[in-house]
Amino acid sequence: QEKEELIEEWQPEPLVPPVPKDHPALNYNIVSGPPTHIITVNGKECINFASFNFLGLLNNEKVKSAAQASLKKYGVGTCGPRGFYGTFDVHLELEERLAKFMRTEEAIIYSYGFATIASAIPAYSKRGDIVFVDEAACFAIQKGLQASRSNIKLFKHNDMADLERLLKEQETEDQKNPRKARVTRRFIVVEGLYMNTGDICPLPELIKLKYKYKVRIFLEESLSFGVLGEHGRGITEHFGINIDDIDLISANMENSLASIGGFCCGRSFIIDHQRLSGQGYCFSASLPPLLAAAAIEALNIMEDNPVIFQTLRAKCERIHKALQGISGLKVVGESFSPALHLQLEESCGSRENDVKLLKRVVDYCMNSGIALTQARYLEKEEKCLPPPSIRVVITVEQTEQELDKAASLLKEAAQSVLN
Amino acid sequence: INHIVHNGGLYKRPFNEAFEETPMLVAVLTYVGYGVLTLFGYLRDFMRQWKIEKCQNATEREEQKDFVPLYQDFENFYNRNLYMRIRDSWNRPICSVPGAKVDMMERVSHDYNWTFTYTGRVIKGIINMGSYNYLGFAQKSGACQEAAAKVLSQYGAGVCSTRQEMGNLDKHEELEKLVARFLGVESAMAYGMGFATNSMNIPALVGKGCLILSDELNHASLVLGARLSGATIRIFKHNNMQSLEKLLKDAIVHGQPRTRRPWKKILILVEGIYSMEGSIVRLPEVIALKKKYKSYLYLDEAHSIGALGPSGRGVVEYFGLSPEDVDVMMGTFTKSFGAAGGYIGGKKELIDYLRTYSHSAVYATSMSPPVVEQIITSVKCIMGEDGTTVGRARVQQLAENTRYFRRRLKEMGFIIYGNEDSPVVPLMLYMPAKIGAFGREMLKRNIGVVVVGFPATPIIESRARFCLSAAHTKEMLDTALKEINEVGDLLQLKYSRRRLVPLLDRPFDETTYEETED
Repeated sequence: QEKEELIEEWQPEPLVPPVPKDHPALNYNIVSGPPTHIITVNGKECINFASFNFLGLLNNEKVKSAAQASLKKYGVGTCGPRGFYGTFDVHLELEERLAKFMRTEEAIIYSYGFATIASAIPAYSKRGDIVFVDEAACFAIQKGLQASRSNIKLFKHNDMADLERLLKEQETEDQKNPRKARVTRRFIVVEGLYMNTGDICPLPELIKLKYKYKVRIFLEESLSFGVLGEHGRGITEHFGINIDDIDLISANMENSLASIGGFCCGRSFIIDHQRLSGQGYCFSASLPPLLAAAAIEALNIMEDNPVIFQTLRAKCERIHKALQGISGLKVVGESFSPALHLQLEESCGSRENDVKLLKRVVDYCMNSGIALTQARYLEKEEKCLPPPSIRVVITVEQTEQELDKAASLLKEAAQSVLN
Repeated sequence: INHIVHNGGLYKRPFNEAFEETPMLVAVLTYVGYGVLTLFGYLRDFMRQWKIEKCQNATEREEQKDFVPLYQDFENFYNRNLYMRIRDSWNRPICSVPGAKVDMMERVSHDYNWTFTYTGRVIKGIINMGSYNYLGFAQKSGACQEAAAKVLSQYGAGVCSTRQEMGNLDKHEELEKLVARFLGVESAMAYGMGFATNSMNIPALVGKGCLILSDELNHASLVLGARLSGATIRIFKHNNMQSLEKLLKDAIVHGQPRTRRPWKKILILVEGIYSMEGSIVRLPEVIALKKKYKSYLYLDEAHSIGALGPSGRGVVEYFGLSPEDVDVMMGTFTKSFGAAGGYIGGKKELIDYLRTYSHSAVYATSMSPPVVEQIITSVKCIMGEDGTTVGRARVQQLAENTRYFRRRLKEMGFIIYGNEDSPVVPLMLYMPAKIGAFGREMLKRNIGVVVVGFPATPIIESRARFCLSAAHTKEMLDTALKEINEVGDLLQLKYSRRRLVPLLDRPFDETTYEETED
């Protein structure tokens, strides 16, 4: 009887708390038509400075016709995971092409960019292993680390001295318990170009630390693939490092390659393991063949025109210079990074108010024909929440006049809203 | 154990589910088989270590030989010694649309499956009993494909931005309204990957201090989502309502384990059709329990949407219940709609909350436009809004195919698991050698099947799984059944100890009962 009373009395919380109507993330911008260089947002035509379409391949006719051909041959979906009749010859071809392009032994494809690194990390790092990760790592890496249940040690952003300190501490721990140390795997997870801060990781020093302390490196190249390096091979080409020194490179195909999905590449010894233990690979349907064909065609274009990378970098430098000196906003990011952040120089006290202020700047720009967006985060879930900012993305398709127009418009907006 | 349940009027139609017990002799032989394989495995490992046999595994770099080994030797034991022998049954590459008949690229191995080479020949016209193509929408011509082609040339293939930033196209809004109408719920939200839908939204709904009650045989995505949320997880026996009720009572009465404080929320995770067993969830009973104990229900309809119910609206319609009783209706577009992605449907507050706080809306790229168009066209077709009765016809064809195929297999004497109405048909193989043999023999006879063993299933219960489709004609099914019969005799797979008296050819209706004799 007592039990029944307890059951009667218990009141659960509502399944979801109500969301206030004016929550900034609730009302999405509606884009009608293709999200290409000229984009129609909420009915207004603007120049697109918000989509990660770095090489302008989203609207490329060759890419679209390759995808059309694939659609006529295979239909849309694959109706199965890779293990059960979901492996198409386009997938195998794309994996081969990516491995050849990155000059590694093997590559593996995932059907969702977020799931790529979030499935790759737990496949290797298990409970009891140690992972050293940068504070500014993106959310997908954080979820992968959470799923792996390993010990996570954060080091300050791009601070090699801090990382070395942590590694030394780990070494002294190891000497106390050598038997355990022999089976504990260690990894460093870094990004080539950080999404949250727009700067680059010091890879040569990391390689030195790798051999000194015997740690493996996992590199996440979502923003730097197709951007850095002479041929677009990413940060390893940018610094001239032997690609075999990096244990695993993971990237998503949703930025430079203008497709959907992600891939990991590296030596067969490492990549083959994911074919049986990568959760997002084994238990999920494979990439629709038309998207794989689009990615192959995009790779062809990248290989045929290596000059676009230099053009992109020149444009980034131009706008980086043009955006310096805006009163009230500071530019965060390297000069050759195509994804910059504009943060408030002085915060108004609370994050909410900062977000509102930046929204007014963004609205001003949108009304005058430049489409921008604020960088969105899940405030309660991030480990190290970056300050609110406006995301500025540079693509190859933007002309010099448009870049200058954007810079002057931002100056105007900052003047009128922040002063 | 055979269940024909009429539980006090909760069920409006007979619920026939059967999981015949493993015959004792077969179980013993299976264990013996695995034992022999393990012994051989140790022997070969020994020979490889002492370099008597060449090691064909990929190895670590010379420069990194003194790093901590990346894989433990034992982890890969199963992989090296058992999986490698029958590896050719999986990852078979195809080169045509995954419809009812498919073309496969031929591959051979000269070194016992360590490496494969493609001969360049294509085996055409293999009957495809492995792809999840329940309503036959995997087509390379037709209304869906034409609409997708038009959208592709207009919008391009990718989106390059997240939902909350600049990736929310008008197509996505259209899709979500349509899905909400199809399911009969207030509002819906679509995501780019079915796996990610579960693993990114369950953590947004529950957190620490909540309780998740999950079925034993839930899919990896549900398990991952539950783990990432940080809530306490308790597992109840598969489809067992007494076990679920006991857990619910204990949870409310005793509260959280150490502090005895009451739980914040209780969420029950179940699937519509379980893909390895072929069983259907006992939804009326689950809903009755949920209402009695004031918990919330999360229903994953990955396999059942489009495949069950007289108009294809899933397991809720199959049981004649109201969609409002299920708090979170989740499903995928990969199986019955021939596209990719997942959705969640429910009340407006729920979807508004997910639009703001779901991990996928903030950090993951939105769906590709041609894929969205394929879903829109196929949903309209199933609902009948494109002006034809093709959708309805397909749903009925699938139901007929299911009943026919299952009945014939049972008559032949195989052990078939699962519910009478589920289009997923697991046929028990048990012994490890038969797994590889069944896959290869069926391929020789031009039928592509899926075989599964450990670790997707318990170690002695390996099975072959057939996925029926509305695109399968009766001739194809008859051919397949004939070949399965032959292979079953060849490999001695007819373990069932009940013999069904073959029915006369009567038309299918609700009053057709099986007659069994032991």
